[in-house]
Order: sequence, then C-alpha cells, then structure tokens
Amino acid sequence: MNGASPNPQRVLIRVENLSKNFGKLQVLRDITESIHEGEVVSIIGPSGSGKSTFLRCLNLLERPSSGRVIFEDVDLSGRHVNVDKHRQKIGMVFQLFNVFPHLTVKQNITLAPTLEKKLPKDEADRRAEELLTRVGLSDKRDEYPGRLSGGQKQRLAIVRALAMEPDVILFDEPTSALDPEMVGEVLDVIKDLAETGMTIVIVTHEMGFAREVSDRVLFMDEGRIAEQGSPDDIFKNAQNPRTIEFLSKVL
Amino acid sequence: MLHQIAALWAKYSYVFLQGLGGTMWYSLISVAFAVFFGTILAVMRLSRFKPFEWLVDGYLWIIRGTPILLQLYFFWLGVPKLLNLQIPEDVCIITALIVNASAYVCEVIRAGIQAVDYGQTEAAKSLGLSDFNAMTRIILPQAIKNILPALGNEFIVMVKQTSLASVFFLPELMTAQKTVQSATFLPLPAMIIAGLIYLFVTTVLTFGLQFFERMLHKSERSVA
Repeated sequence: MNGASPNPQRVLIRVENLSKNFGKLQVLRDITESIHEGEVVSIIGPSGSGKSTFLRCLNLLERPSSGRVIFEDVDLSGRHVNVDKHRQKIGMVFQLFNVFPHLTVKQNITLAPTLEKKLPKDEADRRAEELLTRVGLSDKRDEYPGRLSGGQKQRLAIVRALAMEPDVILFDEPTSALDPEMVGEVLDVIKDLAETGMTIVIVTHEMGFAREVSDRVLFMDEGRIAEQGSPDDIFKNAQNPRTIEFLSKVL
Repeated sequence: MLHQIAALWAKYSYVFLQGLGGTMWYSLISVAFAVFFGTILAVMRLSRFKPFEWLVDGYLWIIRGTPILLQLYFFWLGVPKLLNLQIPEDVCIITALIVNASAYVCEVIRAGIQAVDYGQTEAAKSLGLSDFNAMTRIILPQAIKNILPALGNEFIVMVKQTSLASVFFLPELMTAQKTVQSATFLPLPAMIIAGLIYLFVTTVLTFGLQFFERMLHKSERSVA
C-alpha cells in the first residue's frame, strides 16, 4: 500500500501460546503462529473450531486468556499498551459489515483518518474518492448505507478499513451474510487487494477463493491449528483425518 | 358549578397561569440537568471500571427504592442541616428533582445505548477509535433515536411530579390551586381548573411527542 514492496521474511503478527476461554468453554488451545508481511492466509475449519475467535484475538477485540499477541514487535496483550493506536494499523472487515448507518458513505471512510490520524479534511475526502472509485462506489458517496446492497456495504467496509492505511487486514467471514449473487463482487475486491501486496488474514467458507488466493491455508479444529500448508497441500494432499473429513463435506 | 368555575377562572386565571409557569420552569430545568447528569451516569455505568458501576448501581438503588417525597424532604431539611448551610428552598427542591430524574434518565440513556448493535462498537474499535470518540461519534448519535422519545415521556412525568413541590409551597400549579382554594373557599372548582390545565399540557405534549416520533421513524426509513 505505501509503495514499499513487502518483505516476506518479516513477521508482522506473532501469536505465542494463545488460549482463550469463555467461562468454562475453552475456545483456543495454546496456539503459536506467525503472519508474515505480504502474506495471504486463509483460515478454514468447521463452525465452533475457534476461527473467528482466533482472528478477533489478533486485534484484541477478544482479550486472550493467556499467551501473547505481538504486532510489529509490540506485545498488544501487555499492560499499558495503547491498543487503539495499534489497531489503526490492523484493519478489520466483519461478516455483518458494521458500516455506520448515521454517516454517509464518504463520512464512513473519512471519520477515522480525520479523528485519529488528524488527516486534513480535504486530503481525507480526496483519498475517500480514490478508494470509492477503486471499488466502484463513487456515485454513492453521499448516500447513507441504508440505501446500499449487502455487497456494496461490504465493499464500503473494506475501503473504510483501507483508509487508515493498515499494515494488515483481517476478514471475518466477509461473504457469509451476502446474497449469493453478491459474493463475487466482494471476493474480487479482496483478490485485488491481495495482488497489491496487502497482508491479509481471512476466515472464510469460500474454499475456491482460499485455494486460489492464499499463500497459506490454516485448518482449525477444536481450538487448535490442526493442519496447515500451501493451498495444494491442504486441498489436494491433506494428511490430518479431520481435515480430510471437513474437506469432504464442503468441497 | 360551571358558573363557579368560570367565575373563578375569570378572577384568578393569572394565579393559575403563573403557577403553570412555575411548573413548566421546574420541569424544564430538572429534565435539562437530568439529561446532562443522566448521560454521565449511564456512560459510567457502562464503563468497564467496576467502582463506577457499583457507584451508579448504588445511586439507582437508593433513588428508585425510596419515595420521591422522602427525597424532597431530605434535600429540603436534611441536606442544609448536614452541610450547615442556608440554602434557598427552591434550590433544595429543584436539586432533589434533578437527583431523582437523573436516575430515571440514566436508565433511559443506558437502554438507548445498549440498543445500538454491538458490531458498531467493534467496528469503531477496529478502526482505532478511542473509547471517547467511539462513544461520541458512533454510539451516541445512533442511540439518540432510541433515547429522545423516552426523554419526552420523562418530561411529561416531570410536569406532574413537580406538583410535589407544593408540599413546600414553591410557586407552581398545585400551590396556585391551594392559594385560590384558601382565598375563595371553593376547593372543587379550583381543583378542576388545575386538573384541566394539567390535562391540557400533558395532552399537547403527548401529541407533540407522537408527531416527533413519527418524524424520527420517517427519517429512519429513508436513511438507516
């Protein structure tokens, strides 16, 4: 995004011994994993396997019960860390879009940069225009999100996250709430984004997409990363019986 | 009877209208301050800072669990004594009304905030917005649609509730009614006039509120 080409050697997010409980229910069990710069990582697995919780721990929307989440060499789970500041560099796109209904399309995009990065308003507007053009929404700039289709809302949510110029974007099942005919337009935007070198972590049920776009696929089961590898490793040559069973159901 | 009421109104309408002025003034000032304090209390109650939560819960517990008349007496008699201060009576009573209304307004605002989809908070946090900016720019502007109609109701309640100030002879409509009673020895007509004035005001406010709510929903359909 910022012109510099990504350095695949550089660890952007490091998760160490991450566990998460909701009461007695253990959702994540001692996960250690790294996300590298420029990497596109898909997380797949049965529902209840902890995929979304894992993703939400990466920007501390869920606080880990134990373990550490290190983003760009800062331990986000540490005390006295201003998580808000670091979240500005970690974009997130949600299943249910969560666009701001009381703001226009353009205001949805400019709000955070002007408030938190003190970007001048005309500069923020100019960048919002660029982003909207990029995802084909420039004619909607002054509409309220209530007038948008699901696919349009999700494209708006993606550029809203991009406006903060994040170093990584987390996608939490970005197409699961969409009508089937709108899935493609959203996946296309994510695909384009992947081609720009953006680091992406995506929880998805779109196996075709995971296979085509990812550098690496993580299969999660019962709170662990049960198997991982290149798309070919996972989709053609899975070793773990749980992975094989899961893929036989969804493919 | 009708004749008596008409005569009484002809002669003492200015007393009743002045009383109504007092009633409206007390209601407005109480609700205005209650909105201010109630918002702060609601935000404190929803913060993750436990002592705030306990403090507000304790406050709500006392205010909602005791009669308002006792609270008025407490502020009228008890507080000046405790502080060893001369406090004007109307200040005591208005303070008590504000303290009481703040508790109810706090609950109205809290409910309004909680009715906003939690995904909105998460989206704001994920963009790196501070708690303060998330609350003032994202949550409260959406909560206001839930809150305003309920606040209007609170105002109508307050218009009737200020009648308790007549116990302390503060200038408002019930006191005016008492004054006219004792000047004329015509209790029933005086009561009927006061009742009609209250009915008129609460009816107008209720219709105004219904109209306002329809406007809100209209904008919602075209916007949200």
